[in-house]
Amino acid sequence: MPRRDIIEVRDLWYRYPEAKEWALKGINLTIKEGELVAIMGENGAGKTTLVKHFNGILKPHKGYVKVCGLDTKEHTVAELARYVGLVFQNPDHQIFASTVLEETMFALKNFGWDLERAEKRAKEILKEMGLLDYIDTSPFSLSGGEKKRLTIASVLVYDPEILVLDEPTVGQDYGQKRRLAKIIERINSLGKTIIVVTHDVEFVAEYIDHVIVMSGGRIIAEGEVTRILCDENIMKRARLLSPQLGIVVKNLEDYIDFKGNFLRLPIFVENLKRWLENDENAKRI
Amino acid sequence: MRALKIKELYFRYVTSSRWALRDVSLEVDEGEFVLITGPSGCGKTTLCRCINGLIPHFYEGEYKGEVVLFEKIKVHEHEPYELADKVGMVFQDPESQLFMTTVEREIAFGLENLGLDREEMKSRVEWVLELLGIEHLRDKAPYELSGGEQQKVAIAAVIAMKPKILVLDEPTANLDPMSALDVINILCKLREEMRITIVIVEHRLDMLTPLVDRIVVIDKGTIIISGSPREVFAREALRLKEIGVEVPKVCLAYKELFDLAKSEVPLTPDEFVKVMLHAKERYNRSKRSLV
Repeated sequence: MPRRDIIEVRDLWYRYPEAKEWALKGINLTIKEGELVAIMGENGAGKTTLVKHFNGILKPHKGYVKVCGLDTKEHTVAELARYVGLVFQNPDHQIFASTVLEETMFALKNFGWDLERAEKRAKEILKEMGLLDYIDTSPFSLSGGEKKRLTIASVLVYDPEILVLDEPTVGQDYGQKRRLAKIIERINSLGKTIIVVTHDVEFVAEYIDHVIVMSGGRIIAEGEVTRILCDENIMKRARLLSPQLGIVVKNLEDYIDFKGNFLRLPIFVENLKRWLENDENAKRI
Repeated sequence: MRALKIKELYFRYVTSSRWALRDVSLEVDEGEFVLITGPSGCGKTTLCRCINGLIPHFYEGEYKGEVVLFEKIKVHEHEPYELADKVGMVFQDPESQLFMTTVEREIAFGLENLGLDREEMKSRVEWVLELLGIEHLRDKAPYELSGGEQQKVAIAAVIAMKPKILVLDEPTANLDPMSALDVINILCKLREEMRITIVIVEHRLDMLTPLVDRIVVIDKGTIIISGSPREVFAREALRLKEIGVEVPKVCLAYKELFDLAKSEVPLTPDEFVKVMLHAKERYNRSKRSLV
């Protein structure tokens, strides 16, 4: 199925005011409609700076960024925000309203929806996020996981084409991460494009297939999760660590020809079972 | 010597109707490295606050039982500042801990409060900057640092006071993997060099598991599991996964492959690889003997 390029970045250079160094140095990137992509790299690699270009908070000094065909230099954040929903790393930097319902309705009111319709839509989303019991609660009294889901709800509510999640797993326990992954998978299955900015290699290994790696303001690798996360060279340059199962695969590659996405536990286990029980799949040493 | 003894501790915040901690008893020996984990909201942070005295002195509520440091100091009888050179605390969010205009001053602040003389203060600041590898940050303002750098400064400021017990509440939550590994390596070094007792709260277990003496799991305000990492994962890996604890993937894979834990549960990828090669050898041998 041919899909259109929903984000197009060409030779993007960006420098923060008064900074000496370029934060982004010639980024080229195409993201297709409906893709689920992880952008990885250490703190300071330029991940957040890059995604802030997607809704026009930052504008390129050189090169261009096109989102849904719109050149971000020619459009305001308010215009671009309808297409790109950005969920920040720290919910406390994003939430401000006095109730969960108000918070969720905020964008809709800005888009000029009438109150009744906005409230109905907000409640739908809050129900999906498991927050319906909290509509009259202050967002600040929610737990970390709930706050995170609220910030996602307040973006999903206006149904943007592209959802960008900046470090969504930080401070989340495994159960919350699993829940987050389910939300991501569901939204993605509706055809939305999702970009997850993260350095959580285990999360990416478990849930995401396509990976972009950044380091020092550049993209240094892009491709299949199994190839990228098991490539010691790339991981080293990006100051990331391979996921545990990736390290095992690397150490056993002389013995076993792993098939499929072996970073997923069931597939990993299946590969090993097959190897233990017969020799068909084993390489000659 | 017991560095820490928590006896039948209950705590309920004044704003809440349920117990945040229920009947928690825990003993930690001097020099021990203990990992506390459990799902969000289980009471881990509350437990940390009970160790350094923020509970019951700062956070109000109903408090039963006791926390005793070094077999004689009852935490509820001493203000947190009196405990500052006994228990050092590093929080989840370094921004909430840092407030001075330079890193050097940030580190010196706690030392001033301890009443140290100038020379001692200077030498401790130098020592800790070097120990954590952050000499280059000394003149920077904490707020202009990255999250990882900020957390290192927060740890440095606490370590400079040379506490006997270090309590860290998710210190690596905001860090990228290499910075997290840096911090964990620093903890190992501190433990070796200073024989410091470490109680660390974390969600992610893969990096810490091979290093800690004991894992304590809290759920709904009470300790449900406690033991060496190998014991805990051999017995409870699936239960942990269910309640929302991220069990290292190699432990889960091991549980899937071998029903009965005859050999020890591997804690690292390297150990897992050895177990697999060994298992294959055994399998081949048994097949040959059949032929």
